Amino acid sequence: MRTGRLFAAAPVVTVATFALPIAAGFVGTLAPAFGYLPAIGGHEFSLSPWRELVAWPGFASSVRLTLVTGVAATLISALFAFGFCAWAAGRAWGPRAAAWLAPILATPHSAFAIGLAFVIAPSGWIVRALSPWLTGFDVPPDVATIGDPSGAALVLGMVVKEAPYLVLMTTAALAQVRANEHLAVARSMGYGPTEAWVRVVLPQVWPQVRLPFLAVLAYSLSVVDVALILGPSNPPTLAVLAVRWFGDPDLRLWFPAAAAASLQLVIVAASIGAWIALERMIARAGRRIVEAGRRASTLSTLSSLAAAGVAIIGALAVAAMTGMAIWSVASQWRFPSAWPGAFAFDNWSRRIADIASPAANTIVVAAIATLCALALAVACLEAEERRRRAGPPPALALLYLPLLVPQVAFLFGAQVLLVRAGLDGAVAAVVWAHLIYVLPYLFLSLADPWRALDPRYARTAASLGASEWRVLFAVKLPILVRPVAIACAVAFAVSVGLYLPTLFAGNGLVPTLTTEAVTLSAGADRRIIGAWALMQALVPLAAYLAAVLVPGRRPAR
Amino acid sequence: MIRRFLLASVLAIAAPVLAQDAAWNDTLAKARGQTVHFNAWAGDEKTNAFIAWVGEETEKRYGVKVVHVKLKDTAEAVQRVVAEKAAARDAGGTVDMIWINGPNFLSMKEQKLLYGPYADRLPNWRYVDTVKKRSNLVDFTIPNEGYESPWRMAQIVFVYDSKRVRTTPTSIAALGAWAKANPGRFTHPGVRNFLGSTFLKQALFELAPDPSVLQRPATDANFASTTAPMWAWYDALKPNLWRGGAQFPENGPAQRQLMNDGEIDMMISFNPSEAAVSVQSGLLPDSVRTFTLAKGTIGNTSFVAIPYNASAKEGALVVANFLLEPATQARAQDVRQMGNFTVLDLAKLAPEDRKRFDDLPRHPALPTNAELGTTLLEPHPSWMTRITAEWERRYTK
Repeated sequence: MRTGRLFAAAPVVTVATFALPIAAGFVGTLAPAFGYLPAIGGHEFSLSPWRELVAWPGFASSVRLTLVTGVAATLISALFAFGFCAWAAGRAWGPRAAAWLAPILATPHSAFAIGLAFVIAPSGWIVRALSPWLTGFDVPPDVATIGDPSGAALVLGMVVKEAPYLVLMTTAALAQVRANEHLAVARSMGYGPTEAWVRVVLPQVWPQVRLPFLAVLAYSLSVVDVALILGPSNPPTLAVLAVRWFGDPDLRLWFPAAAAASLQLVIVAASIGAWIALERMIARAGRRIVEAGRRASTLSTLSSLAAAGVAIIGALAVAAMTGMAIWSVASQWRFPSAWPGAFAFDNWSRRIADIASPAANTIVVAAIATLCALALAVACLEAEERRRRAGPPPALALLYLPLLVPQVAFLFGAQVLLVRAGLDGAVAAVVWAHLIYVLPYLFLSLADPWRALDPRYARTAASLGASEWRVLFAVKLPILVRPVAIACAVAFAVSVGLYLPTLFAGNGLVPTLTTEAVTLSAGADRRIIGAWALMQALVPLAAYLAAVLVPGRRPAR
Repeated sequence: MIRRFLLASVLAIAAPVLAQDAAWNDTLAKARGQTVHFNAWAGDEKTNAFIAWVGEETEKRYGVKVVHVKLKDTAEAVQRVVAEKAAARDAGGTVDMIWINGPNFLSMKEQKLLYGPYADRLPNWRYVDTVKKRSNLVDFTIPNEGYESPWRMAQIVFVYDSKRVRTTPTSIAALGAWAKANPGRFTHPGVRNFLGSTFLKQALFELAPDPSVLQRPATDANFASTTAPMWAWYDALKPNLWRGGAQFPENGPAQRQLMNDGEIDMMISFNPSEAAVSVQSGLLPDSVRTFTLAKGTIGNTSFVAIPYNASAKEGALVVANFLLEPATQARAQDVRQMGNFTVLDLAKLAPEDRKRFDDLPRHPALPTNAELGTTLLEPHPSWMTRITAEWERRYTK
């Protein structure tokens, strides 16, 4: 009985962990958006921050750019991911492909974007490899392959990062829907492998990957670091604009910055709403198509294209990371040399002493945050099963808010809260700030496989006299070990990559690999960025590899 | 009688000095054992290494530890102090010292977020050049009134690749002509970055009908007429910039990377030794050199300021004073270390200290004091604000 009550309390505890910072974050964003922030002289509520935002010359372009790049990056990532999974379904090594994508997921966004920029820039690796012998270029061509006003490079950068994440989420979900059996049945009815996957497996997998998809949508609409490196600058996306204004020496710009951040929230919420409406229509149309039962279609060509797209993404990713690795041991590497003119390893030897303490902080914070998040998530999911009514308690939806509210606006309010409580600068505060972001991702990765677990296992075990704890540890967790491991790896990587929350909660006093890497990246020295990016990637990479190599246990039938 | 008179006058002269010494000894005593959280932009490894060295020295000499809180942007530290003020933490703050100047300083001073005045209480203040380096006292036309203490100088210079640029322009107008002859080979950081807006201010100095108005706040009445020639010049320049003036590097380091990648041949810099230091560390080709403009270039000073709620105020004072030691300043100016010009008046130094500066290594990319030419004072900050807004109005679509 006591375990039952413990689980019942879990959603309350979990939401309370979040309700406070979320409420503070909202107030901290909305109040200045309406002119109120006494600390910098805003004593009255007004609409002038909004007027200032709308009157800014690039406002309309910035909003359009935000929407176009965010939506395009999400849709292309999803098409690539699903197309790739459909294509891989008929192939024996398909499921193992996720292991190859782990390094992409492990590398922090900013480091990755810098690496990608080096590959595709007019003075980048591709042009260097072809110059001057083929192109005749002695100096790089003056064309915009990164930072172009259309935002194409930004979309590419996001797809390279997000498509692998969706592939991983889809692969994890596939294990729960008996994809292979369904595929076999559909194929026996004369559907090709791709047609069968799209018609039979995708509709079953979709409910489990919907939330990751929406998280990608929210993230793509509000990303800052990748947009700074690959996106256009005049005007930039709304999130970059907000960050730029928040960082302006003129503190009065905080007011329109907060308005921009609030608008960002509206855009994300509206996009999610629009998608959910669209999804219903797609489902209705899709059912009609499936019922029509046509066997031949262009789907297999499309899935091959998507698979090719994923291959190109993989190649770009490998090039980006290899490029940064080479930079980390280069001393000089100038256009048009395809290879550094001189090497220097002191870049690494000098850094060994510098990394010990940030690396230790990184691992400690990530491990504690991941374990806390896992405990809370499992407890919430267990509580859910004990509820009379089906489905999660609506309050749990609050969990996902941190993924939707742009970090920079949300965190100032939370920081004031921490300072008031006298907790800022402590490792515990950093863990708490990380938990806000780690828990939603972990919950996102774990909830659907957990809910999809056949309840008869637990019932059978219980009828044999096993206690609730025993059912959890001896039956459920072993069956779900793979999704649990993947969810933990995702959570761990999220924690390692967090920059602003670490900075805000730690007051700059708890340096991690990411905070060090980001501050040093301000110096734009690829040799240093390369070394830090590799170190930053190695830690979560180890977690990912451990997770994907965990043997998936399927219960005997 | 005479002796007594002499003694009295000596005492009268010495008394304030002695009192000052006593006060400073008191500061030193309180500072011992404190840890100073020095919030400083950390994008430059040489500067980071220098700050680490400062910490080692102050700990050895005065028992004051320095923790470099690494910033990506000075505004982060300002924001932290604002958050602490919003949470009513008026003592025991987490920021003890900030590397600051200009607009960030003005913001903090106006919002009463700074401790002071303190600069003239530092024993080494007597070496500071307050005559020829006016920017040590006047930060972007705002008298700093001792709320910040100088630690290094900055002055606009241009860096170019001597392999690709034969003759360097000597005026803003000539720079426009050079860009026309070499389209796509010059750029400047975006105007929301201080270096980008400084480039426009530099142009304004040469092109404004009466540059003296720049020392007073810009008004609706004089802004348009003062800046009109500059916009005409910029309209002609913009299509000849890198990427046709449609994109700009985010900041100075990003611009330097373009130069290192061969995407541009010429760039603006706020550090006269940037070229020399960058060549030494492999961040720019050996062929880069430095030039300035005939009518002078804008210069300013980097300061350290202490927030009103700092925990280790005495420790911060000790560090600020150590930064002004002649030996510290000589090390800072060494291109093998950090390569930043000194804020001190070399004439005020003892001969052995002056020798430290004379003995500094030379570098072909390092301009001499004579080559640096006249230093122009920063315009009033309102010019920067308005120029940035006007630039966006004109060119952000």
